[in-house]
Amino acid sequence: MSRLKILALLPLAVALSSCNYVVLAPAGDIAAQQRDLVIISTVLMLLIVVPVMALTVLFAWRYRQSNTSARYEPDWDHSTKLELVIWSAPLLIIVCLGALTWMGTHLLDPYRNIGRIHAERAVDQSKAPLDVDVVALDWKWLFIYPDYGIATVNELAAPVDRPINFHITASSVMNSFYIPALAGQIYAMPGMETSLHAVINHAGAYKGFSANYSGAGFSGMHFTFHGLDDKGFDAWIAQAKSAGGSLGRAEYLKLEKPSENEPVRRWGTVDSDLYRLILNMCVETGKMCQSEMMAIDAKGGLGHEGLNNTLPLAYDKYARRGTALGPEPTFVAGTCTPDAPQGRTTAAIRAPLDPAPLTGAGLKRPSFAPLKSSSFFLGQRPKSDS
Amino acid sequence: MSPDLLKLIFGRLGIDSLPLHEPILVGTFVMVALGGGALFAGLTYFRLWGYLWREWFTTVDHKRIGIMYMILGIVMLLRGFVDALMMRAQQALAFGGSEGFLPAHHYDQVFTAHGVIMIFFVAMPLVTGLMNYVVPLQIGARDVSFPFLNNFSFWMTVGGAVLVMASLFIGEFARTGWLAYPPLSNIGYSPDVGVDYYIWALQVAGVGTTLSGINLICTIVKLRCPGMTMMKMPVFTWTALCTNILIVASFPVLTVVLALLSLDRYVGTNFFTNDFGGSPMMYVNLIWIWGHPEVYILVLPAFGIFSEVTSTFSGKRLFGYTSMVYATVVITILSYLVWLHHFFTMGSGASVNSFFGITTMIISIPTGAKMFNWLFTMYRGRIRFELPMLWTIAFMLTFVLGGMTGVLLAVPPADFVLHNSLFLIAHFHNVIIGGVVFGAFAGINYWFPKAFGFKLDPFWGKLSFWFWVTGFYMAFMPLYVLGLMGVTRRLRVFDDPSLQIWFVIAAIGAGLVFLGILSMLMQFAVSFLKREQLKDVTGDPWDARTLEWATSSPPPDYNFAFTPVVHDNDAWWDMKKRGYQRPLMGFKPIHMPSSTGTGIILAGFATAMGFGLIWYIWWLAAASFIAMLVVGIGHTFNYHRDFDIPADDVIRTEDARTKLLAGAK
Amino acid sequence: MTVAVNPSQTGEPVFYLADEHPHPEGYSTSLGFWIYLMSDCLIFAMLFAAFGVLGANYAAGPAPKDLFDLNLVAVNTSMLLLSSITYGFAMLTMQQNKIAQTQMWLAITGLFGVAFISIELTEFAHMIHEGATPQRSAFLSSFFTLVGTHGLHVSCGLIWLVTLMVQVWRFGLIEANRRRLMCLSMFWHFLDVVWIGVFTFVYLLGVLR
Repeated sequence: MSRLKILALLPLAVALSSCNYVVLAPAGDIAAQQRDLVIISTVLMLLIVVPVMALTVLFAWRYRQSNTSARYEPDWDHSTKLELVIWSAPLLIIVCLGALTWMGTHLLDPYRNIGRIHAERAVDQSKAPLDVDVVALDWKWLFIYPDYGIATVNELAAPVDRPINFHITASSVMNSFYIPALAGQIYAMPGMETSLHAVINHAGAYKGFSANYSGAGFSGMHFTFHGLDDKGFDAWIAQAKSAGGSLGRAEYLKLEKPSENEPVRRWGTVDSDLYRLILNMCVETGKMCQSEMMAIDAKGGLGHEGLNNTLPLAYDKYARRGTALGPEPTFVAGTCTPDAPQGRTTAAIRAPLDPAPLTGAGLKRPSFAPLKSSSFFLGQRPKSDS
Repeated sequence: MSPDLLKLIFGRLGIDSLPLHEPILVGTFVMVALGGGALFAGLTYFRLWGYLWREWFTTVDHKRIGIMYMILGIVMLLRGFVDALMMRAQQALAFGGSEGFLPAHHYDQVFTAHGVIMIFFVAMPLVTGLMNYVVPLQIGARDVSFPFLNNFSFWMTVGGAVLVMASLFIGEFARTGWLAYPPLSNIGYSPDVGVDYYIWALQVAGVGTTLSGINLICTIVKLRCPGMTMMKMPVFTWTALCTNILIVASFPVLTVVLALLSLDRYVGTNFFTNDFGGSPMMYVNLIWIWGHPEVYILVLPAFGIFSEVTSTFSGKRLFGYTSMVYATVVITILSYLVWLHHFFTMGSGASVNSFFGITTMIISIPTGAKMFNWLFTMYRGRIRFELPMLWTIAFMLTFVLGGMTGVLLAVPPADFVLHNSLFLIAHFHNVIIGGVVFGAFAGINYWFPKAFGFKLDPFWGKLSFWFWVTGFYMAFMPLYVLGLMGVTRRLRVFDDPSLQIWFVIAAIGAGLVFLGILSMLMQFAVSFLKREQLKDVTGDPWDARTLEWATSSPPPDYNFAFTPVVHDNDAWWDMKKRGYQRPLMGFKPIHMPSSTGTGIILAGFATAMGFGLIWYIWWLAAASFIAMLVVGIGHTFNYHRDFDIPADDVIRTEDARTKLLAGAK
Repeated sequence: MTVAVNPSQTGEPVFYLADEHPHPEGYSTSLGFWIYLMSDCLIFAMLFAAFGVLGANYAAGPAPKDLFDLNLVAVNTSMLLLSSITYGFAMLTMQQNKIAQTQMWLAITGLFGVAFISIELTEFAHMIHEGATPQRSAFLSSFFTLVGTHGLHVSCGLIWLVTLMVQVWRFGLIEANRRRLMCLSMFWHFLDVVWIGVFTFVYLLGVLR
């Protein structure tokens, strides 16, 4: 078995070398907390995994057939005490891990805005977070900065230590928006909005990509995420502004056609309604927006009149969707102008300023002083609150 | 001929559907054609077709069907593994601007086919084959409850495999990943035949799997021999029961999901489309409601095998039989409450995610208990390190690692950073290879002498074992590392050169596993040649404990000349200990089911129907469907499906065994 | 499993049965068929689930209240319920070994079944003619699939029924045929139960929605 053990140790040995273990050494606070969870859960489980592996080897060796000096009890098959131990030991570990999971999942919910910049600093409530609209296209990423009126393809930037709110959707198939250095991933789906709240703590250029296979050009669907200081970020915005060009509905329809290994592109101005139209899958003129459709459906549909409001599908992103046995493909026509802008509908989940109750509301705080650590689970208060 | 007529006859199948422009495929085709031609010629030359048809293809004997399942599994393992080698080679090569040797169109098919084949046509047949062979013997039955259905189920599984293999040379396979998530798998983004091959291969095989599940549940519930109460069943039979319950309660879900997807693709309904109110997220949920139990369908019988092997080769009763049974049942139930952990990142919200995360972790409690039970079965035993036991120990060491990374992935925030990464790939290969594949190999080495009357050669077996184990660790430990570097799955080219070394190590590991597979094939060949040397006439070469070892090796058609009576859960051990004397007279005629060709014919039509639907050859689909109906109904007009083995035949068989046993002493 | 295992006269444990006790033909059939029905039940459960998820996604098209004619559906429901009753009569007469009467009740059951299918097809044809096709919205997709799958089951049941009538006519009410009639009976009543679910959740609650 020694060969096995050496092989199992191999990754550990090289972990000490200088490779880029971005998941274990991220640059954003959310990813760092997720990393902490990874490590703590692993350690917790090693408490039981290591003894099991050791016992396996030990028993296999000690009770080998040739070792006639070892005790042999062919009919011994039950021990209530042992049974209690073998059920309760994993149970105890899982109770701890379950509690950790419940807290960690709520605290690191990607839909929840962030309560701290990093372990030592709470969010400054007076400063607005950076809004970024993310659209997964075939096979590139479109980023729209609604506050700055610019858009880019395959390049993303954010100022260090400023919270970022991503609003994420896709144009055709499912992708997953993932910047390992920044925060965990979340799916990007057509006609659907997911969110991610994160912050980057160290300046640098980081890799971002789609983590969910989406077709032929998937391998080339990556981008660079720049963590910049405030000045650098302003310069980056100015660079995009000076790139000129305008991203409107017509340009978007051209852009969303499948293409692979796209270079970085920038637009100085962007149709302020474009993201809403993409999300509601009604960039093509004449097509009914999802939000409108859902509002109509909630009121009970359009009745028999609704049977006539489909039009033959002339435009399609990829191939025409016609099926072998079905009728010609159609789309639902909008009944009124879809141009009236709507506010964001996603209700934000607010991070509490004081996470202490999450560690046990109403319970007496433990008397020991919290350890200095970047981990959330020790129940550290953000400084601004104390 | 006019294009319309051609379209009527051939659907969308045309000369350009053949992959003549892909040298890899043409080469493969030539090899397969030569090999197949040689096989065909050989069978014809030695006039074996009649024998094969009478004794194997039309048989309803659970033992022969079990063996055929195993052969199917091993043949498909070769195909699935070649896919794996190609992936490993592509990922090891495609660095620094190199595109590797596979274009996206081919590579994306390779990883999809690898997943589909390994799960549906390797792991499932291996597991079903072992259950089919062993369960009736372990419970002292003459056959399964519905022997004809058993034959039909097998051929439906083969039909599915045939469709997958056909996609290699006629058209293409899906380029969607093994679960074919829409919208990507919907007609707008996958207009070609690939996804249709996927759908119909799985539908045809799925019917077989569901029916075989029903069959084995009935067998275990109704056909146990006298004295064998539920709590005296061997653990392998228990796990088989739970697995088949899982099959029956989950495969219909797959059937529905694929049917809805095919409606979307064929008639343009809107279940999983983006427009018209469809919901692709529903597909993801439904397919995993099948998909998670599927994992336990595969691994539970493996747990059963390890239980049998551990107690046999430790020369000891299984520690904690009762808690083993309860653990199995708990796992069975819980496996339905965890499906959402496959897509925490779809944004279900914190409470839902943590619920499913915690239920997932809870499964590790009974699994952990099982692990300890095996451990304490070894404790104070006399362990013989024969091949099945070696695989079991490798399993115990490997599976705890896979289980650990699995629980890690069940923590939603950890999953957010590790989901869809190579860490995930390493995890599920760690449990599926370390659990299911090692289990199947332990089972093959353990029960082979029962099925064929001679043991497998230990030298080549050990060689295979060491290649497999070292190869596995070399192939998948680097993937854990890469996952921690944030490398995602299904990528075809890479731009970061520092990653290459890890992919190269993984590729070498895959090469070692390949040597392991070759050694195993060698092991079969060598054992066959040395069968006189490796012969076992006792029927109980391992000094084993359960009922299947009470009869001869290979067992006679009727399994047991007299129905056994059981007093203990180690029935055969108990019989040996209490001086059981094998009966030598008083044999009676035995009632047995007779062979029928209906199963293979029906499955053949089902496969043809699938092929017709894939290529829009409507006449073929309709004709095959009607033929199926006619043959199926015709079969019900046959009321005489069994016969009696005359007492004389039984006497002759049993006397022969008596002589052999006398010769052994 | 009910075979009593007694120690033999000498007190030695018995390890095998000296007599052959073959399981009677069809020993596992009713259990097997029950398990099959449960797996079929799961198919319907999934389709109900799909309808539950998509049932209100009209895609700005018509809703149930615009499309369903509850009177027609009520008639249709009564056809199926009556067919279950008449199948019950067929089983009762089968118990009394009355072939002719059994066949008659089976035929009546079949006619009710045909009536059910015909009304359902009429309803479908009417909706499709109006333009409310399965392609129009996710609601209609799931509606047609759920109800259509049920209809397909009833059609299979009809084919099976005819086959069995032929077999009863040819071979009489032999044990095997009785068992088959029993299975079909379970299948038929099962479809009835499923239809009650369809009627309630799809039609009644749909119109109320």
